[in-house]
Amino acid sequence: MIPLNWLLLVSGVLFAVSVAGMFINRKNLILLLMCVELLLLAVNFNFVAFSRYLDDINGQIFVFFVLTVAAAESAIGLAILVVLFRERRSINVEDLSTLKG
Amino acid sequence: MTLVQVLFWVFAAILAISALSMILVKNPVHAALLLVLSFFTSAAIWLLIEAEFLAVVLILVYVGAVMVLFLFVVMMLDINIEELRARVTRYALLGGIAAGIVVFELVSVVWSRSLGIDVTTGAKATAATYSNTAELGQVLYTDYVYPFELAAVLLLIAIVAAISLTMRKRANLKQQDIARQVAVRREDRVRIVKVAAERSNESQAPASEKPQ
Repeated sequence: MIPLNWLLLVSGVLFAVSVAGMFINRKNLILLLMCVELLLLAVNFNFVAFSRYLDDINGQIFVFFVLTVAAAESAIGLAILVVLFRERRSINVEDLSTLKG
Repeated sequence: MTLVQVLFWVFAAILAISALSMILVKNPVHAALLLVLSFFTSAAIWLLIEAEFLAVVLILVYVGAVMVLFLFVVMMLDINIEELRARVTRYALLGGIAAGIVVFELVSVVWSRSLGIDVTTGAKATAATYSNTAELGQVLYTDYVYPFELAAVLLLIAIVAAISLTMRKRANLKQQDIARQVAVRREDRVRIVKVAAERSNESQAPASEKPQ
């Protein structure tokens, strides 16, 4: 039997690592997308852990939908990335300054 | 410690190390493969806590589809890695501080007693005949049937968006335009030219055809 706080610890470490990854790889758009995936995995970890702990299946249903949305998000994100690379020959985030944001 | 708990810590260690090396490696292909390893170990941990269906879905959807897509894109694009890694150390400290704050906040929440639940115990073990997939399916197709349909529509939108974003017309590509072919009229193709008939001339005819 795995206690809840072990799972929360692993999920928290995963979340923190992916947040650090966003800072470290802040110029590489592909790695930023991968860090988002890892972030969502950490969130899903919490959902599954609490769903099992509270014996409530709805948490796992939520993970199902998070996975769906994450798959759609990464598909569109990668499509935008390919179009961007075709236009600029670069995936550097700092090159995306057209809007002067 | 039981075997399950030992396995949990082994998988947790693999997960943490692969996630850490994913954000630190130089090559994006290696990063994608390490992310695959993270998803695999997470699926193993989900199996340990008896969420079988989601563990299988995680491997099928993420490792099978999303990460293959990532690998395709990473290998297709000709990325200058050195330029992207130029000032990594400048942000490593900031990233470490942010990660430390996140860990502190999460740990302080987990260890606080104010939630009213005892987090040091685990979930009750399910019976041997329990089917996680059957229970999920019963809820998914009754209570959550409209969100389920919406998720399907969302995936369809994602397909259409991804294809329409990346499809392009090349300038020098030769292709058929069926509509233009069907709509063509006789006047566009055929030009009738009136030519005055030429009078045949004996002296200009070839020598071989002369009557002997």
